[in-house]
Amino acid sequence: MLDETLTEQIKGIREKKYSSFELTEFLLDRIKDKTELNCFISINDNILEEAKAADKELERGSDKPLLGIPIAHKDIFCERETKTTAGSQMLENFVAPYDATVVSNLKRAGAISLGKTNMDEFAMGSSNETSFFGPVKNPWDETRVPGGSSGGSAAAVSARLCSAATGTDTGGSIRQPASFCGITGLKPTYGRVSRWGMIAYASSLDQAGPMALTAEDCAIMLKEMSGHDKKDSTSAQVEVDDYRALLSRPLGKLKIGIFEPLMKELDSATSLVMEKTIEELEKIGMTFAEIDLPNFSYAIPAYYVIAPAECSANLSRYDGVRFGYRCDGPSDLKELYQRSRTEGLGKEVKNRIMAGTFALTSGYYDAFYRKAQQVRRLIKNDFVEAFKKVDVIIAPATPSTAFRLGEKAGDPKEMYLQDVYTTSSNLAGLPALSMPAGFVNNLPVGVQLIGDYFDEAQILAIAHQFQSITDWHLTSPDIPT
Amino acid sequence: MTDSQWETVIGLEIHVQLSTKSKIFSDASTVFGGEPNEQANEIDLGLPGTLPVVNAEIFPKAIAFGLSVGAEIATTSHFDRKNYFYPDLPKGYQITQMDEPIVKNGCIDIELNNGATRTIRINRAHLEEDAGKSLHDAFPNMTGVDLNRAGIPLLEIVSEPDIRTAEEAEKYAKSIHQLVTYLSISDGNMNEGSFRCDANVSVRREGEKELGTRTEIKNINSFKFLKYAINYEVKRQINLIESGQKVTQETRLYDSTKNETRPMRSKETATDYRYFPEPDLLPISLDQNYIDQIKKTLPELPLEKMNRYAKEHGLEEGDAKFLSNDLELAQFYESCYELNRDSKQIVNWLKGEMFNRLSNVEITIKDSPVSPNQLCDLIRRTSDGTISITTAKKIFGKLWEGKSFSVDKVITEEDLAQLSDGGQLDKLIDEAFQNNPKQIEQIKKGKTKVLGYFVGLIMKQTSGKANPKQLNDLIVKKISSLK
Repeated sequence: MLDETLTEQIKGIREKKYSSFELTEFLLDRIKDKTELNCFISINDNILEEAKAADKELERGSDKPLLGIPIAHKDIFCERETKTTAGSQMLENFVAPYDATVVSNLKRAGAISLGKTNMDEFAMGSSNETSFFGPVKNPWDETRVPGGSSGGSAAAVSARLCSAATGTDTGGSIRQPASFCGITGLKPTYGRVSRWGMIAYASSLDQAGPMALTAEDCAIMLKEMSGHDKKDSTSAQVEVDDYRALLSRPLGKLKIGIFEPLMKELDSATSLVMEKTIEELEKIGMTFAEIDLPNFSYAIPAYYVIAPAECSANLSRYDGVRFGYRCDGPSDLKELYQRSRTEGLGKEVKNRIMAGTFALTSGYYDAFYRKAQQVRRLIKNDFVEAFKKVDVIIAPATPSTAFRLGEKAGDPKEMYLQDVYTTSSNLAGLPALSMPAGFVNNLPVGVQLIGDYFDEAQILAIAHQFQSITDWHLTSPDIPT
Repeated sequence: MTDSQWETVIGLEIHVQLSTKSKIFSDASTVFGGEPNEQANEIDLGLPGTLPVVNAEIFPKAIAFGLSVGAEIATTSHFDRKNYFYPDLPKGYQITQMDEPIVKNGCIDIELNNGATRTIRINRAHLEEDAGKSLHDAFPNMTGVDLNRAGIPLLEIVSEPDIRTAEEAEKYAKSIHQLVTYLSISDGNMNEGSFRCDANVSVRREGEKELGTRTEIKNINSFKFLKYAINYEVKRQINLIESGQKVTQETRLYDSTKNETRPMRSKETATDYRYFPEPDLLPISLDQNYIDQIKKTLPELPLEKMNRYAKEHGLEEGDAKFLSNDLELAQFYESCYELNRDSKQIVNWLKGEMFNRLSNVEITIKDSPVSPNQLCDLIRRTSDGTISITTAKKIFGKLWEGKSFSVDKVITEEDLAQLSDGGQLDKLIDEAFQNNPKQIEQIKKGKTKVLGYFVGLIMKQTSGKANPKQLNDLIVKKISSLK
């Protein structure tokens, strides 16, 4: 059971190799063995009951695609009657009276929820070190970070604590930890997956997506997670493809775009991984062409204006008045606000709120927020132009492999550069995935595929066909138990 | 101090609650008067992960207003976030429209007491969500927060500073109130806060070009208070300047019990609202055909109604205006007119009995106990001579008190019909003449005043039910035949 993918687990349950109950018990034990990784903030106390119910449902002939499959949710998705913390002391005891659409969609597909995974506080971070609940450790090397902000989900899948998990990606928060942990992670097109019930960091950039061992598993998850939702005005009214069915279709001679300047920045070892990936992709019929993304280098500064600006407003509701952390014995309203927020929110979150507040302040708005929005439009236009010439774009996922815990914690600028290859697709709203493509110094390296709008099927198919001739995605971290 | 040396400049911001069933961004009910927080769902509470979804009911209402004041309707506009902390603002920002309002550049004519009209320009009208309420008296040493009002849709109508007197401000506010109720886009209920005014007031010496420093008086919920507050504020500002002091730019509150304004928050703590486009909502895109369709279905406005009543119903201008001033009154009148074309009679009844009675009660004509049907029955029975005006008014009183439902039934049961039978009256007159020879002699001598004696006599005999006109005519006729 240990190294099985989601696809294999679905088959295992359906063909009665084991029951959902047995699988769940196995995973719960495994989670207990791996508590030092700190992947989970909470575990679903009822999951064995839910597994039993799923087994009964299977007996009755249910054909729900994920029936009885234990999956993990990043603790940013609200789940009825379950604590949803967003990795913050502010929401340490917050229980939402509703399910996020992602949660209800996966429940509807038969999945059961193992628990809520650890994350950077309010999804702000690239190492999982900003979590109020402590950092997550990378299963490949416990002295290293798993990446962030969906670090708990990435580490849990990588350590085989579950075969699939949900994540969110605002500037790289699915793809960077997927790369660091050697798994496959997909950030869909903005609007593909509903944001209802997903605690907001930066509304115009946040997007939920699947994290799993393989592209095929991501395809299965994405289909169930996606779709228009009346409760999210920004969710798209675009039909959901049967991503799994489209994985093995003949792709013909697709043209993959390469933006040379990105490749030149890589160290030689990573550069080698990239070269070998391109060779493998050529084997499955891909061709390559150079593209120009003239404004690519402005993505990080634009992102670090827009995201904090939106977060400064999104996090204003954490004021100690209606829910969440409230300071002890405030003497007046102002103190209630100041102390509740000062005490209840972490340093990185406060940094970003301050930066965003500044960017929106009258007198600075034009120079920062408006300018960043203009840059965002230029970046989007660059991609639109590029996709007139190529079908998919290939890029590195991260500038390095997983770094050591504490290594970058004191240097926000260094930390922000983690997102150098990922933020542009958030700014443009494009789908992008990271797939395992090799190792440098025994640490996994991911490669990114960026697709055209709502063409998740294409990048998933390419990743799947790449994974059918490589086995990086099946390599498991060798952790002494 | 002479007021004539000073010019007052006033601009009004009017917050109109739009009458929708559910809130602007959630499906919670908008009905007034629920238990605190009973009508606030997870979106209104601003719980983490919740998202606003626009209630499409608000658009035709805002568009109808814009079209009625000759404004431009923006085919593309968007919502913005206005950031500030306050306990009655659950998200820490208000969703409003900052740089692209749905309605721009309109105007409305107001009629002054001297009969002249003034045009007041409307800079913009934008859509936004209402805030909740802080309850300062509900708990000792604590403030309660009621979020039932949070998320009620508002149309904020912003005038240009074209208003020059408190009276004009009152007229302008009344005209806007009349318009929004006519368009049925708001119930306009001022007691429940459906229609609230903020007044920006400044003064300058006559002939000066530069505007004086303004103050903003917030949340005035009555036309009378609007006038009082402005008058007080104008005097206060003139006094300050004339005594060598300066007006401070600030927000003030009007205290109706003391009839004064006092500062609410000063400029020193003025907030930078850090507006930016609301990323949770898509831009608003309106099709021109959709706007044209709304234009076609706009209800008749007061002025059009007045002209129609004058032209087609043959009413005097004063009467036509009296009716068209108030939509409910006009609707009541039109229901009557459908049943009875005697428009003049209907107006007389509405101006007389109906208005007198309504002025003593809390209800409006919409809830009048006397229905258009009943009123028309009364008019019919007076015109055909069945009952006298005096009797009709008595019956109106009974109907008002809810004692009966049918005019005809009251007339029969209480035997209120006039005696209009010529033969019977003839007989009574003949008898009276026979029994009063002295009076007949006097008439013969030319003392026509005695005629009244006979009218009175027969009225008494018939307990006042004799048709007075018919009776009079018959007596005159008989007397002339005596000569």
